[in-house]
Amino acid sequence: MQDSFDLTKLIFGRLSWDAIPFHEPILLATFAGVIVGGLGLVALITYFRQWGMLWNNWFTSIDHKKIGIMYMILGIIMFLRGFADALMMRAQQAFAFGSNHGFLPPDHYDQIFTAHGVIMIFFVAMPFVTGLMNYVVPLQIGARDVAFPFLNNFSFWMTTMGAVLVMASLFVGEFARTGWLAYPPLSGILASPGVGVDYYIWSLQIAGVGTLLSGVNLIVTIVKMRAPGMGLMKMPVFVWTSLCTNILIVITFPILTAVLAMLGMDRLFDTAFFTNDRGGNAMMYVNLIWIWGHPEVYILILPAFGIFSEVVSTFCGKRLFGYTSMVYATCVIMVLSYLVWLHHFFTMGSGASVNSFFGITTMIISIPTGAKIFNWLFTMYRGRIRFELPMMWTVSFMLTFTIGGMTGVMLAIPAADFVLHNSLFLIAHFHNVIIGGVVFGLFAGFNYWAPKMFGVKLNQFWGKVSFWLWSIGFWVAFTPPYILGFMGYTRRVSHFEDQSVQWLFQISLAGTLMIAGGIGALLLQCFFTWKDRAKLRDVTGDPWDGRTLEWSTSSPPPDYNFAFTPVVHDNDTFADMKKNGYQRPLKDYVAIHMPKNTWAGFVISAISAVIGFGIIWHMWLLVGVAFIAMMAAIIAHTFNYKRDFYIPAEEVARTEEAHTRLLQSYV
Amino acid sequence: MANNPSIPGGLTADEVTARYMVREHHPEQGTLLGFWIYLMSDCLIFASLFATYAVLGRNYAGGPTGAELFDLTLIAINTGFLLLSSITFGVAMVSAQAKKLGATLFWMAVTGVLGLAFLSLELYEFQHLIHEGAGPSRSGFLTAFFALVGTHGLHVLFGAIWLVTLMVQLSKHGLTTENFRRLQCLSLFWHFLDVVWIGVFTFVYLMGVLP
Amino acid sequence: MSDQLHHAEHDHDGHTTFVTHYSMKDYAIGFLLSLVLTAIPFWLVMGHVLPPETTKYIIMGFAAIQFVVQMIYFLHMNSKSEGGWNLMALLLTSVLLVIVLAGSIWVMHHMNANMMPAMGGASDTRHGMHDMQ
Repeated sequence: MQDSFDLTKLIFGRLSWDAIPFHEPILLATFAGVIVGGLGLVALITYFRQWGMLWNNWFTSIDHKKIGIMYMILGIIMFLRGFADALMMRAQQAFAFGSNHGFLPPDHYDQIFTAHGVIMIFFVAMPFVTGLMNYVVPLQIGARDVAFPFLNNFSFWMTTMGAVLVMASLFVGEFARTGWLAYPPLSGILASPGVGVDYYIWSLQIAGVGTLLSGVNLIVTIVKMRAPGMGLMKMPVFVWTSLCTNILIVITFPILTAVLAMLGMDRLFDTAFFTNDRGGNAMMYVNLIWIWGHPEVYILILPAFGIFSEVVSTFCGKRLFGYTSMVYATCVIMVLSYLVWLHHFFTMGSGASVNSFFGITTMIISIPTGAKIFNWLFTMYRGRIRFELPMMWTVSFMLTFTIGGMTGVMLAIPAADFVLHNSLFLIAHFHNVIIGGVVFGLFAGFNYWAPKMFGVKLNQFWGKVSFWLWSIGFWVAFTPPYILGFMGYTRRVSHFEDQSVQWLFQISLAGTLMIAGGIGALLLQCFFTWKDRAKLRDVTGDPWDGRTLEWSTSSPPPDYNFAFTPVVHDNDTFADMKKNGYQRPLKDYVAIHMPKNTWAGFVISAISAVIGFGIIWHMWLLVGVAFIAMMAAIIAHTFNYKRDFYIPAEEVARTEEAHTRLLQSYV
Repeated sequence: MANNPSIPGGLTADEVTARYMVREHHPEQGTLLGFWIYLMSDCLIFASLFATYAVLGRNYAGGPTGAELFDLTLIAINTGFLLLSSITFGVAMVSAQAKKLGATLFWMAVTGVLGLAFLSLELYEFQHLIHEGAGPSRSGFLTAFFALVGTHGLHVLFGAIWLVTLMVQLSKHGLTTENFRRLQCLSLFWHFLDVVWIGVFTFVYLMGVLP
Repeated sequence: MSDQLHHAEHDHDGHTTFVTHYSMKDYAIGFLLSLVLTAIPFWLVMGHVLPPETTKYIIMGFAAIQFVVQMIYFLHMNSKSEGGWNLMALLLTSVLLVIVLAGSIWVMHHMNANMMPAMGGASDTRHGMHDMQ
């Protein structure tokens, strides 16, 4: 009947049973596994009656510490998915030679490398980095929370909902096959009429809002909420790198938002931004997206540099060498990162003068990073180095990242790049700097701050196993691509003819398996830490003889972080306090002003995800209704004027006295 | 940590502790700075749209040009509406500062009406262009035009919704500190839209008409 | 002139905050200046008063001036508000705006000329490599 047919289309758009990949065994098996696992988890939570606890203590929490932990959990979960993609690609490439076409047909392989890139950058690295900054920065500046706690919760859920959409694409529909940056015209509506690119666009738009707002949040936090006496040049270096990172986020993510919106308009409204006809210009997409893309990688690496600064100075028992030059180097990197973007598309044809300019700026930007490495080395020189896990990761970073950086300088030469662009050499380079820099930094940060977050020192044995498997496995996995890249092998290829190079791909697979072992060891590290938590308990709050303010709190810190706001007199504030015989204040506690939890973040984000899903599948009725619901939820939230409460002084006293007793019982 | 009897400077333990803490501390309000920073990010969205317009703005694809399409009188009127609305919002702010709720609400309403007038005229312009076959899918030039001017219009629409919401909240709770802060944010937003419009009428309309 | 817009306030923590002072005078001045700075460009273009090239530069100049006028009189921009962070944020954003706009125009001009000769203005597509700009 005409009417019901239109109604079905209005409600379901282009969604139908065809969207479910019944004919793809790998996906079906994964789907089944996820359903079983998911249901099991739901059953467990219900059985132990923890839904209330989860909602009240975690999902609606505006506490930067809880939000930070949730971000990191999101990052770790998505890491497993992203790594599964990597393993599949390596396995495919190790065997798909000649008449053997491997187990992944090209269109499947294309979705995997796209999803791998998108997930690793947007849903692993960004959340983990954001999580660490969220957790640590307020503590390091002596504040009780971030500037906008509600916005913080909202930002987290927007990021999570973006991840949900990407995961949904596995089972309902498909993902983009365009590579992680989805260049048109391949990503345009003619070449990619399916839902894949739409999933890509909307998951990133939703997550992007979260990231942008969290950028605003952390900038204002650092500018406005530092403890008295903490001038800018007395902040810990991690706070400086966080400030520069968040400035970069605020000034660069809008460009991604704009360019993805334009691509979305091309696909939905048949506009001519990046089309081949009617005066569109696909090269403009590449230009704009890399104006975002280059600062993005600095957003990833600057916090890692901050982590290394903290770790090196703590585990060498020394003040960081060259604090001022570290700060200047970070700021210079921040500004220069805006002047190099064209090196990602030297070969697109802008000509010699343009290419030369950007080649030179790219080489210049390596200099401040070099200055940082020297500062770390000079800090280590004549220090009393303790090779705890965070320090081990730092040393591995220095060796790994430096080499990766050098291959970057090679690529910065336009003539060389004409040979190496989009080759496996490029793949090796950026994995070298991202794994060696960002991932190793996050592992260092995780090992360093986990005792603060959870009150337990992590299991050392499995941590070391993980460290060695990663450090060696990385080189085993990524040296072959360097060689293959020089030989001319291109990225994103799922099948090869020349069997004489197969051994290189197989070595790469072996390295990837070692990394898999490293990830397994990390999970075991977490498991055994939990299992032995009574034995591994850290009571002092300061297991590393730390130098910055977060170590002056209990582990984990109380909700309010500090019973009294600290006053700062010098860099390495806590080291300064300890040197001068500081004792925790034990009396005269006051009531503390705290923000209340909120349902709004979760609800508005969930509705956004529904809107995204609706747009992807052209379910316009759903989109309309959900949009109105979202506006209503936002407006309703603004009508809530009662957003805070006071923790009574007696409760503060109870918490602090309990901690005093704990400290005394362990002395 | 253990007791340290040899504290430098000869201070007692209590004095050392007191040196490193303060009893009551309220951090500075960050809302206005935060909103300003958000506006800077919004600036960059417009920058991307302006850059795209700069690149695609002469790609007529054999279709109509700005000179053929733009009605500068209409745009002049619309510019007038927006500029006037900036002033009326300013009067609202002055009234709010003087704690005059009635005057504040009145001038906010006038601002809203002017904003809606702006939007209506813009919608009329868009509808007319589409009717003439000069819609957003006609050419790169028109795509960039509709995206840039349309995004500005969307911002005005959201500003208007915010304005109405705030009027309700002011009626309900009065000119509290919190509500004044919200007014200040909306004020920043509204004026920012007028600033962006300077760019739009100059680079899109006036220069679009010139060869 | 802009100092009249602000006065210092000390809250109980001893923070010095500069509070924006809204005044009718500022809005009136801003309005009149903006009106003039808008009317003249419209007149120049609609009346075909000057040659197009000259007109373009003049109206761009007027736009820049009106931008500053509105920043000062409507947005109360100055170096003291929020401890100078507002102005710094604006300056950094402006620098990036220039980079994004100028950079994109420069890059895309070269891209168009080399890769899409018909679009770049040179309609002869039979040029050799040595004509790459």
